[in-house]
Amino acid sequence: MQPFRKHTGVLVPLDKVNVDTDQIIPKQFLKRIERTGFGEFLFYDWRFSGDKKNGDFVLDAPRYARASILVAGKNFGCGSSREHAVWALADFGFRVIIASSFADIFANNSLKNGLLTVRLSEEQAAEIMRLSKEIESYQLTVDLEALRVEDGQGFAATFAMDEFSRRCLLNGLDDIGLTLEHEAQIAAYEAEHPVRAEMKTILMR
Amino acid sequence: MPPRTLFEKIWQAHVVAAPEGRSALLYIDLHLVHEVTSPQAFDGLRANGRPVRQPLRTVATVDHNIPTTPRGLPITDPIAAKQIEALQKNCREFGVPLFDIDSAEQGIVHVIGPELGITLPGMTIVCGDSHTSTHGAFGSLAFGIGTSEVEHVLATQCLPQRKPKTMKIRVSGKLAEGVTSKDLALGIIGRIGTDGATGYVIEYAGDGVRELSMEARMTLCNMSIEAGARAGLIAPDETTFAYVNGRRFAPKGKEWEAALAYWRTLASDPGAEFDRVIEIDAASLAPFVTWGTNPGMVVPVTARVPEFKSFAQEADRRAAEQALAYMGLNPGTLIETIAVDRVFIGSCTNSRIEDLRAAARVAKGQHVNPRVRAMVVPGSQAIKREAEEEGLHRIFLDAGFEWRESGCSMCLGMNPDILQPGERCASTSNRNFEGRQGRGGRTHLVSPMMAAAAAIAGHFTDIRNWKYE
Repeated sequence: MQPFRKHTGVLVPLDKVNVDTDQIIPKQFLKRIERTGFGEFLFYDWRFSGDKKNGDFVLDAPRYARASILVAGKNFGCGSSREHAVWALADFGFRVIIASSFADIFANNSLKNGLLTVRLSEEQAAEIMRLSKEIESYQLTVDLEALRVEDGQGFAATFAMDEFSRRCLLNGLDDIGLTLEHEAQIAAYEAEHPVRAEMKTILMR
Repeated sequence: MPPRTLFEKIWQAHVVAAPEGRSALLYIDLHLVHEVTSPQAFDGLRANGRPVRQPLRTVATVDHNIPTTPRGLPITDPIAAKQIEALQKNCREFGVPLFDIDSAEQGIVHVIGPELGITLPGMTIVCGDSHTSTHGAFGSLAFGIGTSEVEHVLATQCLPQRKPKTMKIRVSGKLAEGVTSKDLALGIIGRIGTDGATGYVIEYAGDGVRELSMEARMTLCNMSIEAGARAGLIAPDETTFAYVNGRRFAPKGKEWEAALAYWRTLASDPGAEFDRVIEIDAASLAPFVTWGTNPGMVVPVTARVPEFKSFAQEADRRAAEQALAYMGLNPGTLIETIAVDRVFIGSCTNSRIEDLRAAARVAKGQHVNPRVRAMVVPGSQAIKREAEEEGLHRIFLDAGFEWRESGCSMCLGMNPDILQPGERCASTSNRNFEGRQGRGGRTHLVSPMMAAAAAIAGHFTDIRNWKYE
């Protein structure tokens, strides 16, 4: 996994609440069996009519063309568990998503892909949303070591993240490897809880 | 030991390790797998030379993108066919049991787990699908995960998890005739919002829940995710045990007795504390219909589409404006005057035998409105067979409903069953998101009875006034 320490980039405002993963990556693109190539389909139904780009969606505005940080309304990433949503955001070039709240599964999926989800208060999120609309090429620096977001022009906020998740992100840790360090404990648990007799017949159909 | 919640009991029974400074490592008893969220996970195993650690605690089926046309016909979408082939190949290579497209047991993953007796009380269950919460109806801790976590569970049979908070939703009283657990779920989401339970595991309790059949409990737990919950569960009781007993992969003989003794301990202790408690009076609920683009945008069938000024928060008012523009509706419109073009009865929320019986009762001797196309998609092949033995398919077909093969179908429209732009659908599924059932499609969530009634009337109608044959 790509480590995340500190990132500075242009902020793009997506001024909507409850953005669900069906909007982030519509179902017609979930049939791919690879992890790559989802970026061009990000927010497809909002960005395209038929298969032609509308050009009026915020991500397509020239001033936000280089954006790598997205700020959106509360409950971002709700709905379907599809990790394709995170793959699409990351593939499009986003490193950080900022909102006042995130759906649980989306936040977990982001963590596994080095995409940082930053929770700010509703007021703080609204403030940077306003600034990103008012100021051309408005940039933020997100520092995971210091758990801090700032614009160098007066806006600064801290955010919280559980320590284990933070350490995994900072170091780009493969958490399957971490779990397998507990091989002895897992094996002991399995010895105590063997596969049920009926389930052993499942392959004999 | 202090009094514990049901959630706490299941959690503690599955903690394999609690390393300092890390999330607890939870053992996963059952991992359900389907074609859409698994191919990249199996690729990850291959890239790292890892096997599936516990193939017999892993069960796969195809449901999301398979057609619901007769099984002998070819899959016309080559990309969907490739995804299905990938699952077949992965299951063969890694030794994972697969209920394939031609199998008598095939069905929606959250339907076949319970009906085969694979889902049991007290289990931890995961699947790369948010509606895994369905299995909580059995008193198991069941939640949706992403594809990286699918790979994690395939490789280790464990998952590092931050401990969620607990919410108790106490349902008192009895649902009125014509009001179902789908309406209960929509009523709860309407009240607490689509993020009302984010970070929580919900336990549904109270006499209003005890009254519910297993099918109704599954519908309720299924919709937990639509309130943002990590999971939703219900303590197992005699209703649960009677449902599980005798199912194909359920414990038998002495093992059944031992399991039953353990399952009887699976209830929240008196005095156990929850982080949040919500009270719901079931008797006060009406049949619900969603008017907007998330399941929290919902009103009773007797009500009107809300006025914008009724929203206190600016963000919610704007969301309502956007939703109504998408839905092609005006504030103040009476719900019962909204005409539908399509009706979908199916999905992991409402495709079980009881749902089909309820819809058939409404449809019996009636005719689908000529302007409406209505389809019934049973949740599994077993349900389809059962319904056909009972003659339900005859009732549907005679009334002008389509009777299809099992799968997720128009709930998410990954297969050819989709809405056309602007089409309005009464759907028994779980999400009315923009484009969910097809680009530009307009979804209204309802119960199976309400959906059947809308198909016949051509518009939403209060099922409590229905004249049954």
